[in-house]
Amino acid sequence: MAIRAYQTLNEMLGLPMSSMLPLAAVGSGVLTHFTTVFIFVLFGIFFAALALGVARLVRPNNPNPNKLTTYECGELPRGSSWVRFNVRFYLIALFFIVFDVEVIFLFPWAVVFKQLFPHPQLGPLVFWEMVLFLAILTVGLAYVWGKGDLDWVKKLIEREPAAGEPAAGESATGELEEVTSR
Amino acid sequence: MELFANLLGKIEALSSQNVLILSSLIMALIMALVMAACAIVFTWMERKVAAFLQSRYGPMRVGHWHGVAQPVADMLKILQKEDIIPAEADRTLFTLAPVVIFIGSLLAWAAIPFAPGFIASDLDLGLLYIFAVSSLAVIGILMAGWASNNKWSLYGAARGAAQMVSYEIPLALSTVPVVLYTASLNMNDIVIAQQGGVANWFLFRDPFLFVAFVVYFICSIAEVNRGPFDMPETESELVAGYHTEYTGMRWAFFFLSEYANLFLVSCIATAVFLGGWWAPIPGLPLAPALNFIVKSVLLVFLHMWVRWTLPRLRVDQLMYLCWKVMIPIALICVIGSGIWLMVSGQAS
Repeated sequence: MAIRAYQTLNEMLGLPMSSMLPLAAVGSGVLTHFTTVFIFVLFGIFFAALALGVARLVRPNNPNPNKLTTYECGELPRGSSWVRFNVRFYLIALFFIVFDVEVIFLFPWAVVFKQLFPHPQLGPLVFWEMVLFLAILTVGLAYVWGKGDLDWVKKLIEREPAAGEPAAGESATGELEEVTSR
Repeated sequence: MELFANLLGKIEALSSQNVLILSSLIMALIMALVMAACAIVFTWMERKVAAFLQSRYGPMRVGHWHGVAQPVADMLKILQKEDIIPAEADRTLFTLAPVVIFIGSLLAWAAIPFAPGFIASDLDLGLLYIFAVSSLAVIGILMAGWASNNKWSLYGAARGAAQMVSYEIPLALSTVPVVLYTASLNMNDIVIAQQGGVANWFLFRDPFLFVAFVVYFICSIAEVNRGPFDMPETESELVAGYHTEYTGMRWAFFFLSEYANLFLVSCIATAVFLGGWWAPIPGLPLAPALNFIVKSVLLVFLHMWVRWTLPRLRVDQLMYLCWKVMIPIALICVIGSGIWLMVSGQAS
């Protein structure tokens, strides 16, 4: 399918058919490259299935209820493990999306930078555009930094703890709060 | 790829489609074997390096000479291990997770240039493609942790996902300065731009690139979840993290991918910063693939050295290092390299 589309593309561009046989078909063209990637996906599935299939033939299979329990270091598991996440994981995910998109935008800029820079009008524009873009995002980073959202152990509420009560946000290890067991 | 395409192209019965498909299959097989070889060689090397750094012997018995056959013995043992899927687990996701992680790793190998013409898919988007497909590992880890229905696994998976997505940003940012110089994301182009001796490697082109390499190296340790950044599988607190419930061959796929990814990030560093297949001194009669592999294995050794030397970081220190140290430094490297490129007049 991809090859057919690639051939059509070649005909539209008026390239001779001989130019894509067979080295050219491999050495150039976006679609042929991604055909290889697609074949890698298929081969990966096949390889995994083969390895697991061979293991299935060799290994023993003696399940019993105790063996199939969830491992909690010998204790009987209490409640489901599908618990609520601490909100700081979502914060990290949000920051990730913002900055990952930034990186995606940086790559095309980086690719054209060297060609456009010598241009008298475009050159400085290309550079300062990106400095401005990064500056806006850096302001964003500075803002979340200042708000303390980058701190893993965040002081959620600034107040004096009452007697016998732990200060807010003090547990450094409690990443997930199990709501069901309370 | 081109090598096999040329060989197969000589057979007249094959059409160009078949040549493409067959040569892609051969490359996929070779890359899967490279991954398997990584697991075999580096598990032995890891034990020996750890033993050396801790003044002990490591494996000595299997295979007579320094336990060289130890990985083979391990593999045979893993093959015979029972496959346990916990009754509480989500069976579909549980069985799919190792395969997703493995395919994510295998796909990234498609764009690694081992030698001139020896690259499975000469993608123009090469570098971006590698970062894109290697983040499939995050999905695999989350799938494994969630599907196990085990608190250790979920802790490990949540930590792993947070860590890997965080460190992916400085990892990708640190390669942007190199793209400024090459004006291409194609891995072949990036290596070819470093032709001729050590001085032309991007590592030594300008001071910002050197800093970018250091950032890349630190972030790559975090990206493959190895010490001192092995928060997702801290054995002292989370048993084994996201693969606590996995046994036998499925567990082996996590292990295989971990060591394959270790070599993968080293190969990317070699191609992007350390001159790829070029010899350190121009004209040195060394095979290109040999140059590439030796440089990558030296980086893997550096990874092991760091792992067995430094103590593990805390979660908050890990996030601090990424967001407040690595990302600002990487951003400065991008701008700094841009200015250096302009001032040194290499832009024309």
